[in-house]
Amino acid sequence: MVGPGSGAAPLENANPLIYRRSGERPVTAREEDDELPDAIDDREIFDLIRSINDPEHPLTLEELNVVEQVRVKVNDAESTVSVEFTPTIPHCSMATLIGLSIKVKLLRSLPERFKLDVHITPGTHASEHAVNKQLADKERVAAALENSHLLEVVNQCLSARS
Amino acid sequence: FCLENTDPRMRGRGIQLLSQVLLQCYSLLQEKEVLHLVLFYESRLQDHHLVIPSVLQGLRALSMCKVLSPGLAVSVLKAIFQEVHVQSLMQLDRHTVYSIITNFMSTREEELKGLGADFTFGFIQVMDGEKDPRNLLVAFQIVRDLIAKDYALGPFVEELFEVTSCYFPVDFTPPPNDPHGIQREDLILSLRAVLASTPQFAEFLLPLLIEKLDSELQSAKLDSLQTLTACCAIYGQKELQEFLPSLWSSLRREVFQTASEKIETECLAALHALSACLSRSVLSSDSEDLLDSFLSSILQDCRHHLCEPDMKLVWPSAKLLQAAAGASLRTYHRITRSVLPLLLEQYTKHTQSSQRRTILEMLLGFLELQKKWGHVEEDESTLLSLQAPVCSVVFSALTDPSVQLQLVGIKALTLLGSLQGFLSSSDMELVVDHLIRLTLHEKDSQSSEAAMEAAGSLAPTYPKVFSGRMVPRLEEELQSGRAGKGESYHNHCSSQQRCLQALAAVSTHTSIVRETVPVLLQHLQKVQKGTEARNTQDMVSVCQSLHRVALQCQQDVEACWYFHQTVVPCLLAMAVQAAMQGNTHMLPGKALLEEEVLCAMIPVISAATTHLSPELAAQSVSHVVPLFLDGEVSFLPQNSFPCSFQPFGDGECLEAQRRLVALLMAFVCSLPRDVAIPQQEWLLRELLALSCSCNCPFTATTAAKCFAGLVNKHPAGQQLDEILQLAVNRMEPGLAEGPHRMQALTLLLWVRLALDEWGRGARGPSLAPTALPAQVTKALVLRYHPLSSCLTDKLLGLLGDTELGPAAADGFSLLMAESPDVLHKGCHADVRIMFRQRFFTDNVPKLVQGFHGAGPDVKANYLKGLSHVLNHLPKTVLVTELPTLLSLLLEALSCSDHVVQHSTLSCLHPLLLEAPQIMSLHVDTLVTKFLNLTSSPTMAVRIAALRCAHALTSLPTTVLLPYKGRVIRALAKPLDDKKRLVRKEAVAARGEWSVCGSSS
Repeated sequence: MVGPGSGAAPLENANPLIYRRSGERPVTAREEDDELPDAIDDREIFDLIRSINDPEHPLTLEELNVVEQVRVKVNDAESTVSVEFTPTIPHCSMATLIGLSIKVKLLRSLPERFKLDVHITPGTHASEHAVNKQLADKERVAAALENSHLLEVVNQCLSARS
Repeated sequence: FCLENTDPRMRGRGIQLLSQVLLQCYSLLQEKEVLHLVLFYESRLQDHHLVIPSVLQGLRALSMCKVLSPGLAVSVLKAIFQEVHVQSLMQLDRHTVYSIITNFMSTREEELKGLGADFTFGFIQVMDGEKDPRNLLVAFQIVRDLIAKDYALGPFVEELFEVTSCYFPVDFTPPPNDPHGIQREDLILSLRAVLASTPQFAEFLLPLLIEKLDSELQSAKLDSLQTLTACCAIYGQKELQEFLPSLWSSLRREVFQTASEKIETECLAALHALSACLSRSVLSSDSEDLLDSFLSSILQDCRHHLCEPDMKLVWPSAKLLQAAAGASLRTYHRITRSVLPLLLEQYTKHTQSSQRRTILEMLLGFLELQKKWGHVEEDESTLLSLQAPVCSVVFSALTDPSVQLQLVGIKALTLLGSLQGFLSSSDMELVVDHLIRLTLHEKDSQSSEAAMEAAGSLAPTYPKVFSGRMVPRLEEELQSGRAGKGESYHNHCSSQQRCLQALAAVSTHTSIVRETVPVLLQHLQKVQKGTEARNTQDMVSVCQSLHRVALQCQQDVEACWYFHQTVVPCLLAMAVQAAMQGNTHMLPGKALLEEEVLCAMIPVISAATTHLSPELAAQSVSHVVPLFLDGEVSFLPQNSFPCSFQPFGDGECLEAQRRLVALLMAFVCSLPRDVAIPQQEWLLRELLALSCSCNCPFTATTAAKCFAGLVNKHPAGQQLDEILQLAVNRMEPGLAEGPHRMQALTLLLWVRLALDEWGRGARGPSLAPTALPAQVTKALVLRYHPLSSCLTDKLLGLLGDTELGPAAADGFSLLMAESPDVLHKGCHADVRIMFRQRFFTDNVPKLVQGFHGAGPDVKANYLKGLSHVLNHLPKTVLVTELPTLLSLLLEALSCSDHVVQHSTLSCLHPLLLEAPQIMSLHVDTLVTKFLNLTSSPTMAVRIAALRCAHALTSLPTTVLLPYKGRVIRALAKPLDDKKRLVRKEAVAARGEWSVCGSSS
């Protein structure tokens, strides 16, 4: 688990608080019924992003409380998704990378009709505005993903835990 | 003459010849001859180096002679030690030297010991510098014998240690294709046995172990720790004394810092062994007890960490303390005396549930150790003096709102209850009250289930309290009127449900079973009389509880008989009563005859019957069978019925009575093998008739199963052949035409199954399948081969039938599956696996052939049959058979039947993972078909197709890259599937395809 920030530089937040992982979503009888449609709900979106790995720690975003289900809002009918994430410390230099990972994961996992909004929980990061702007800029996100090194790091965050 | 030739090569050959001869005939030599030969060979040792290997061979032959005169062994060894520089010889010749030494050591121990320490020294010189693993294994064995057999080591202890310990830690990787098969582990174990064989090595070994433990190398650490643990078995206080502080500090450092679970485990084992060793040591009068100071330092270093339940070191500290405490009763007392009060104090100090949970979990760890020492000793135990605070802590955990804390509390409670004499009877009453509260009123189902389990495990120890307090309380709750006290209907149902579960869970003691079974039966009767819509579900729940009780009773003869005697007649009576109520529908009580309820009763009766002793079973069978054959109802509890019971009689109105064959099946098919069934032939005939002629599919199937179950246990002989012939005769016209074709097919399947199992059944239950030679098993199965293969062929033929084809195809699934219901007896699973393979090789070619010859409307049946067979085949066999079948499977993917699609996909899934090379050849077809099936109307097919699309990513990247864009685009559509479970698979598959080709 080698993130870009590790190596010689010490971890910014060496001893984070760890939160409990929520279990697998139990499968309901309704979900097993072939006929009834299941709407895309908050928990489903949360399940997509909760297991993303943190770039620095061998932990998931859920375990670090970077993402929480209450900060995920989805409207299936209007095809909008909004995700707020909370960096572990206000000066976290990984905020953009985390945001990008969430965004890429959602891009890959959601139908194209959805409009995505990924941003930092208000008041939890020093350069909140700048990061949000970057994440909202489609061209910059696309350009970032052209960068093969960066893509590699993002894929690492998205890979299933070994 | 060769032996005296001046050319050393020629001499060598001569001696080689002589040695070869001696190796063949050493046992025939006379004492005198041996003497001469020995003298000759000894003198040859000084000869040219080319000759030496043959000389050693000769000496090896002589070393095996029984008639060797005294003194010669010593003189041979002396000569070897003196004349031969062993380490400059080839590996094989060095091995010969070790063999000579080993031979002498095993036959001439006394003589060699006469050499004193010289022998040891000689051997040290021989093995010094040995490099070959094969020789080392022998050499280590010799050292071990030197020590174990008490040879004089004299001043050479350190040299002997040096010459062996230089290999520690063993660093050896066997070369690939090593023909000798020596593993690193062999050398490690062999060396460890040497190093840990004597306390004399301690002063040299312990510093070495500490040094290696402090090194960076993971394997060195592990080896050191394991060696240390081994040493503790023979060391005493004297050997350890000097090194204890540094050992402790190394162990502590490792446990506190390591990331490796393995190292942590080994460290804890080593600490345990050290403490145990110190506890065991006999003290001389003048030495101090090191155990005390050792434990003091452990406590000093670990205790304070326990006070900080947020810190990382809590658990490592607790584990260290527990490892030491588990070593002996003394260490346990010493450590718990200090730690338990601390933990109790900490518990009250902290108020957060998560911290309390950590503390309680640690406490639990210490309490568990107490169990090791059996009952609590009154005068010494710290635990007993802390009884009140421990109980109050545990009880407080039980009332905490945090479920996690409750769960630990329940575990602790179970443990305390299992410590004999710890809880007083008033405490126990409190415990039971807590358990009742958690069972009935705790919202979280995890807690209430844990409470039920706890009740179940404590009940055998305190049956009185449970039957006196818990059972009446549950009964009361169960009987409390429907939806009273403003409770919602739903709440009420779930509390009834819990009562039923709890009644079953707590029935772990005969005296309690006697209380709970009547309550459950009474409830069943009450529900039966009720009219609510949920009746069926409620009855099924009661049956599930009864089933659990039955399983818990099986091991206890008395409880088992009680249960059987009480429950079976009662269930039969209720069912008969219900069946008598004529054909008027919607009568209360009729619900009992619903398929669902009858199916729930089957396991109850079956579990109540399987473990009966033959005598009792015979007693019971003499009531039940006449009930069905003669309508003999006198043994039933309420036996005044409006009309007679004739389940096998003719007549429309008997339809309901016929359904009860299900209960007969549950009973007779579960009987022990050696119980004779009265009027068996009659019974078989009736069942056969019923199975072929009954209109109700449930009844017909049950009758067929019951028939199969009886045939399966029927002893071989003419009678069996007759009854089978009768079955075939009834089956054939039935299959050909008429309204009962389906019934006939079911009968065919079950008879075919019974014959498969028959070979195993006839052996009797006492023989384990593994103990039986393969050919016997085969012979037994083969005895009925003609008929069973004839039945299989019939089934294959039916695949071409437009009406019965699909059902026949499903029949293959039944034939291949784990022994179902009535034929499920003793798990002879390995025979079944062989059976599947046989079935596969015998019948798959026929299936394939049938497929090619079949008309388009029935082709799917063959594919379905095939995919059922493949689905149940061990994956290893499947992979080897793959090339021949792959094209057919690919064709099956285009078949429109979704069952075929689904089972084909589930066949292909493991193949994609296990045989990516073969599958790569068909990647184009696979990608297209999988993607097409992701839009199938059936959810299960969509899911399976997406899983296969996901599994495609295990093919080589170069094969995949051309398809990457297309697959990712196509998988966007299932991301918007209406079913969540499908979307989940789509996300996984698309995510994996997205990173395909990136280097991570």
